[in-house]
Amino acid sequence: MPINGSIRPMASPPPEAHPGGRKPRRPAGRSIEIAGPLAHDAPAERPDDGPPTFPFSAIVGQDEMRRALLIAAVDPSVGGVLVFGDRGTGKSTAIRGLAALLPPMAAVAGCPYACDPAEPPGRCPHCAGASGARKAHAIPVPVVDLPLGATEDRVVGALDLERALTRGEKAFEPGLLARANRGFLYIDEVNLLDDHIVDLLLDVAASGVNTVEREGLSVRHPARFVLVGSGNPEEGELRPQLLDRFGLAVEVTTPTDLPTRIDVVRRRDAYERDPAGFCAAYAEADRAIRRTLTAARARLPALSVPDATLEAAARLCLALGTDGLRGELTLMRTARALAAYEGAETVDLDHLARIAPSALRHRLRRNPLDESGSTARVARAVEDVLAL
Amino acid sequence: MSTPWSRALRVADLTAADPVGCGGVVIRAGAGPVRDLWLDHLRGRLRPGTPLRRMPAGIPDDRLLGGIDLAATLAAGRPVTEAGLLSEADGGLLVVPMAERLTPGTAARLAGALDTGRVPGGAPARFGLILLDEGTGDDERVPDALADRLAFHLDLTGIALGETRGAFDDRDPSEVDEARPVDAAVADLCRAAAGLGILSLRAPLLAMRVAHRLAAEAGRATLAGDDVREAARLVLAPRAMRMPPVAEETREAPPETAPGEAAPDPAEAGDTSEPDGTAEDGDTPEAGGRMDAQAQSVVEAARAAIPAGLLAGFAAAGARTPPPRAGKAGALLKSVRSGRPAGTRPGHPRAGRLALIDTLRAAAPWQRLRAAEGGAGPAFRVRASDVRITRFRQRGETTTIFAVDASGSAALERLAEAKGAVELLLAEAYIRRDRVALVAFRGTGAEIVLAPTRALARARRDLAALPGGGGTPLASGLYAAADLARTVIRAGGAATLVVLTDGRANVTRAGMPGRAQAGADALDAAALLRAHAIRSILIDTAARPQDSARRLAEAMGARYLPLPYADATAMSRAIRAVG
Repeated sequence: MPINGSIRPMASPPPEAHPGGRKPRRPAGRSIEIAGPLAHDAPAERPDDGPPTFPFSAIVGQDEMRRALLIAAVDPSVGGVLVFGDRGTGKSTAIRGLAALLPPMAAVAGCPYACDPAEPPGRCPHCAGASGARKAHAIPVPVVDLPLGATEDRVVGALDLERALTRGEKAFEPGLLARANRGFLYIDEVNLLDDHIVDLLLDVAASGVNTVEREGLSVRHPARFVLVGSGNPEEGELRPQLLDRFGLAVEVTTPTDLPTRIDVVRRRDAYERDPAGFCAAYAEADRAIRRTLTAARARLPALSVPDATLEAAARLCLALGTDGLRGELTLMRTARALAAYEGAETVDLDHLARIAPSALRHRLRRNPLDESGSTARVARAVEDVLAL
Repeated sequence: MSTPWSRALRVADLTAADPVGCGGVVIRAGAGPVRDLWLDHLRGRLRPGTPLRRMPAGIPDDRLLGGIDLAATLAAGRPVTEAGLLSEADGGLLVVPMAERLTPGTAARLAGALDTGRVPGGAPARFGLILLDEGTGDDERVPDALADRLAFHLDLTGIALGETRGAFDDRDPSEVDEARPVDAAVADLCRAAAGLGILSLRAPLLAMRVAHRLAAEAGRATLAGDDVREAARLVLAPRAMRMPPVAEETREAPPETAPGEAAPDPAEAGDTSEPDGTAEDGDTPEAGGRMDAQAQSVVEAARAAIPAGLLAGFAAAGARTPPPRAGKAGALLKSVRSGRPAGTRPGHPRAGRLALIDTLRAAAPWQRLRAAEGGAGPAFRVRASDVRITRFRQRGETTTIFAVDASGSAALERLAEAKGAVELLLAEAYIRRDRVALVAFRGTGAEIVLAPTRALARARRDLAALPGGGGTPLASGLYAAADLARTVIRAGGAATLVVLTDGRANVTRAGMPGRAQAGADALDAAALLRAHAIRSILIDTAARPQDSARRLAEAMGARYLPLPYADATAMSRAIRAVG
């Protein structure tokens, strides 16, 4: 599905809500006082007054992207997903749709890092300082947008100015990385991201820990997230180090055949005119995906990778000359997640062959100026090595 | 028949009736009476009380998205936040002047708010955008990410003040009003979009929204053919990348697009698969013949509304997509919002980030005095004058501009070698994350083959496809490169110019032959480069080092490097030394 984000219904607000066509104004000037913690201190919560998210199962086509996102949802340790392609191909719709259908996760109530209550306390400053039993509540899986031009403070967090200025307390105000913990961090146009933000991300994505040393603060908190990046390769290259952090890379294109395009617009139009009704129509399909996902997660730890498959993965990476062991590792993990999602008994060469393009196409050592398709090279290697 | 001005007014009416629903309007026009008239019309049609806010250029984040109100917070002794401009525009319109200068960061925030209907903090911000695009050239445009999300694109540049007088007919009464089922309308608009070469799927979707809006406006519960046609006119026509084929049957006849050029048009893919689409029509319950007539009328409506001259540019450029302008102002040297901290200075946090420790340090010595002044207040008294903000330093982005002599003399001798040299330098640029631009000069003038970009694969492709032959308009090449360099510097970057030529100019700046005048013009251009202190390097591509090239390098204040001695490492070392 092509259109980003949640969409406002077309009709103007009902007149009875604002008599005289006038919107209710705040009584006293522009300033409003906020009591209690500021809105962005709360763990990421999706606003519940907006229209429901476009259902993941209603997305037309884009099979490779959907499969990659599902694999990342089954096994977040595969690393993130990089989606390269045209504008308006439903990248952010897919990621938001996926997050909406994921089963809610248990989190420590009040913890700005949404810590897992099942894990021992002490991983984050909030839970380490808490005494007694921690209360758990269910929250939706967070999807955090990292906008271009976001400042370092917003990303890693900073001294909480409000509290420091008014109460003289030295408190840490968590940033976007904290909010994304255990969820998704979505960066649209990732190839346009400022270099110094990329540096920060590289470190955090590798270690899963955000370390803040600034303004007299010394804070470490967990920041494990699935990095989802999207961009248009025509507008600039990604640094190899950042490319490497993404487990899977998929290429999406605007569908060019008319029936698909009509189908896309038709569904989107139906959704915009009646979001609730549209979502209800796809609720069962979404539930089916959720059931499959939950089952796949449960199955994953027990799913072993046979030696033959491991060896084939190694030979494939050798043939393609990928750098380091990350290629093999990612290939193996993603093939296993795919097998788990499909309910297979074992991870076989077929899983490997199907996931290889997504797992390897961005790891090929290549001349930056060479644009001969990496996908074709992977496909050729798969054919040669796996002899399928 | 509707005129461009009547369509513009219709857009204003629709936008005023539902500011939020259609995303908004991109208006390409210089500041002037026509644009003012349009804005006045829009303002007049807005329901009273609808917010209409103007966004100043370079607005800081806390003002845009909301943040802490410093003065009130200090006075009250507890956090007082103020709503951002986006929240204030909730339910109304946000006017963005000079939208072609929007930084990618601001554009991303606006696009995010358009998508989610709220600011990152959570406050609702559902608004429509009025982007005033005052760009003059093709490479000065509203960011694509934003333009794609707005239903209406207006171009008022061609409208004379006189045309704005007179009655305004909103619909063509000769058109038959017949009901159109939603599914058929979607198919019509998708087909029309494909016919016009529009790739983005947002376009037909926005057209659908406008069609629904039009039906609601006319008090109908269902869509009529007119609504679909008018939506195609208003939304699809201004985005046309090519003329639609006249009728389905005449597909074999070459459409009147992009003659001559064999440049692969991405839209062709949609074109070739279109017959499949029409073949599928048998599946739909509609009768085939009537469907075609209706669908065709939508295409015709859009075709009739395609602004004159819109396609001329595409034809000339071989339907080349506009050059990518990604990261145009991505790294401003004077950025105060991001980068590495570099000390503090007094100032309002709105102009930078509050440096708390230094603020407290500045306030500390006055505490005893301030407490003695009496009055209620917090124990530690901070005043606005104490506030310090952090200064940031950001590494500027370097753009390497290659000005390549592709004239006959160069082509004969060493154009291939020069291309090879540039390729090596491109690889260097990749490692340093520089942007590159490519200016070629031959025949009677110079052209910017590639606007500054980081897409080096594209640079390489364009370079490889660079044809050679013709005279040597050295002066035009240098002026074009100088213009580009100054554009880069204006946007806050640093520019390094690499000129590859044999220095034998024989075409004047005016495009006339004449070796002596051409040489003089080239030296003038070189003096301009020197005057602007543009860092440059001149690589002499002649088989034997030329005196003319050496003199030119001196006039430019450029480093001179004869190609025979310039192997790859020497060249990249030289450029590093300059850049």
